[in-house]
Amino acid sequence: MADKKGTGLDGPVPFLYPKHAMERSLHITSIARFARYLVTRGLFIGFSIVVGVFLTVVIANMGGYVDAIKKAEIEERISMAVYQNPANQHLTSEELRSLIEAKVAQEIKRLGLDKPFIRFDSLAGFIKSRAFLYLVNALSMSLGRAEHLYSSSGSKRVWLIIGERLPYSVLLFTSASLLVFFSSLVIALILSRRHGSVWDKMSVSLAPLSTAPSWFYGIILIIIFASTLRILPFGGLVDVPPPENRLMYMASVLKHMVLPLLGWFISGIFLGVYSWRTFFLIYSSEDYVEMARAKGIPGRALERRYILRPTLPTIITSFALMLISAWMGAIITETVFNWPGLGTLYMRAIRQFDTPVIVGLTVIYAYLLGITVFVLDIVYAIVDPRIRVSGGKGE
Amino acid sequence: MRTFLLTFQELMRYKSALVGLLILSFLVGIAIYAVVTIPYGEAVQLWRGTGEKWRVNPRNASPVWVDYFTPKKLARTLILDSGQAQRTEEMLGTVARRIEFIYIFDYNADVFPSELAITYKTNFQKKPPLVEVIWITPDGREFSLGRETLKQVGLRTQWHMLSVDEKLRRAIGGAPEKIFFMDPEQPERPVKGKHKIIIKAILFEPDAEISPQVIVYGTVHGMAGTDHLRRDIMVALLWGAPVALSFGLAASFGTVITSIIFAAISAWFGGMVDTLLQRLTEIRMVLPTLPILIMVGLFYSKSIWAILATLLVLNIIESSVKTYRAMFLQEKNAPYIEAARSYGAGSIRIIFRYLIPRVVPWLIPSFVLAVPSYVFLEASLSVLGLGDPVLPTWGKLLSDAYSQGALYRGYYYWVLEPAFLLMLSGFGFTLIGYTLDRIFNPKLREI
Repeated sequence: MADKKGTGLDGPVPFLYPKHAMERSLHITSIARFARYLVTRGLFIGFSIVVGVFLTVVIANMGGYVDAIKKAEIEERISMAVYQNPANQHLTSEELRSLIEAKVAQEIKRLGLDKPFIRFDSLAGFIKSRAFLYLVNALSMSLGRAEHLYSSSGSKRVWLIIGERLPYSVLLFTSASLLVFFSSLVIALILSRRHGSVWDKMSVSLAPLSTAPSWFYGIILIIIFASTLRILPFGGLVDVPPPENRLMYMASVLKHMVLPLLGWFISGIFLGVYSWRTFFLIYSSEDYVEMARAKGIPGRALERRYILRPTLPTIITSFALMLISAWMGAIITETVFNWPGLGTLYMRAIRQFDTPVIVGLTVIYAYLLGITVFVLDIVYAIVDPRIRVSGGKGE
Repeated sequence: MRTFLLTFQELMRYKSALVGLLILSFLVGIAIYAVVTIPYGEAVQLWRGTGEKWRVNPRNASPVWVDYFTPKKLARTLILDSGQAQRTEEMLGTVARRIEFIYIFDYNADVFPSELAITYKTNFQKKPPLVEVIWITPDGREFSLGRETLKQVGLRTQWHMLSVDEKLRRAIGGAPEKIFFMDPEQPERPVKGKHKIIIKAILFEPDAEISPQVIVYGTVHGMAGTDHLRRDIMVALLWGAPVALSFGLAASFGTVITSIIFAAISAWFGGMVDTLLQRLTEIRMVLPTLPILIMVGLFYSKSIWAILATLLVLNIIESSVKTYRAMFLQEKNAPYIEAARSYGAGSIRIIFRYLIPRVVPWLIPSFVLAVPSYVFLEASLSVLGLGDPVLPTWGKLLSDAYSQGALYRGYYYWVLEPAFLLMLSGFGFTLIGYTLDRIFNPKLREI
């Protein structure tokens, strides 16, 4: 089996086999080397964020095509206004047209649409293009105003729009992910102790259930609990009208959370248990574990010191990445359950060509991910003394 | 070939793989049947729902087999042609004729029909015929459906949807499919027995002909039921199989192959190339996959192949490349590679003839395991309204069912049928994938 080398992470894979695990290598010999490693890692991660956000800016503007849409909108709006203005009645059609043209040009200039969206002919040209401006704004987290979407208080500020939905996504998906993560870890550990038992075999044969995404189970659960049994709501955040009492309100939200949570849980738990179980089993058949067992180290201590300890980096990684992805919500699950989180916001923003919101959501995610990866690099170096630090170079 | 046979033999030793293979052959069977019996163009045409093809189907009808599980007898659609009617003809003066059709049918379902319609096929030149319809219920109530002059519609059939005729509704005080069929004593139950429909037509041209047809729409239809546009869901269930299989296999194969080539190049050349590719995988991590697919779907093209192409581009730099790269790094220094180098093989030759074939066995499980995730991806995009605009797929069925409120209105068959097939294909591929993983991964085999 090929042993995976490298100090970085393997992306948002929920789970890594030992072939991806760290190689035994040099100790951290000096602080300077460690610092240099951190700086290079930081630079690389920063670079990834910049490029990733830039690509999103370009895609979300359809490579500049959104400009054409915006210009057409401006032209329509202004000509309507000019034609309907009674003060302009005495003007000839020639004069009207030139008036409209002048106003359109002014509006386009005001919005900065006269500058090219993107150009690569020279560095100066690129810096002056709007794509670069958008990139700088996004990276400095000045997310600006939305094109069409509003927050519930009526504001167009992207920060407010995102901010008012973030808690709902975090509430639902953090609790869902935590539930899946810890239950699969605990069940897997128990199963790996009783490897070969009926329960263990059952967990293996149930693993294919996890191929279906959570929205799929969501729909089935809606049929069972909402349509047929009528004991849980179809979707939404809270009853209509919302209960006045704070406690009742929370109870209502919890009631609405049950089905999406359950859908997420069913779609995650089986694969989670199967993968962690296999992972622990592979680790528990390592030579040093056999050796320790032969020496007569009791089961629990063996598990703690010889199986959990070396697998800790993997567990931490998948935990952190799972939390990050939970912060982004889940577009389809939220859509199916009509949950007012970031996933449905993403969907609405894309549908309405609301680029500031799309870019805002992406850049927040990129930063969260970048910071997590960076922190994980540090944590790795601390929890895993075998980690090889070679100035950030892969091999 | 020999390795393939050996693998196959090994695979057959596992019960789970056997089940998986059975499921897969069932799906492949459906796919072949679909493509053979309903050619691509016809499937697209049918699903677009234009033409007269679907008009005689009931709307939102359950599958026929639902009838066996319900205590009530559900209604099947009755289509009464003029051939089944008693026809009497008499001359009125020199040219005009009166033709009378009497339709008699037995209604014995425990539920009301879903809709009623009468169609007329005529071939008059200038003077349109006049028709008058009288409906006599089993308990002897008599309703006049009024007189109407058929409009000039060429040779096409003229439809009179009784159920949406506002004038008629007002005249008889409710929906005709309820009023005609209910028991006046117990309005919520349909009365059983013989209905009689008299259609009198007066034709004003010597060559003119008319053939009326009475349609009593039922509440069940076919093996799969129908949707809100009266389309037979079976078409999409059948055609969903080839689409899902080909999309899943193509996407899985494409992504695995492209990322393995990238990984091989990255590992073999090392240095700058390697660093560049490593950075690319990190950039890829920042890019949100689903939103990008949604944007491509909305902004550029909803075609399933455009989505596939985007997936391939995104996956070239997927983080799995790192895993493959690690395998290649080990292989790179193997003696047989050195041997190849010593006989003067070039980089391209070594990569494609020696490095890649060597790791293929490792890839087969992940290739098989990735298929269902792409099948479900297609369904996911469809649920968001980004399904392929012309192809009938399982995801489109789910999406239609969801947007038409099938969950609220109790049309569960509409959701459960495609869901069952999706789940089945998911199971088939994963069962085989896990078994292959055990075969090719000796470390797992011991477990």
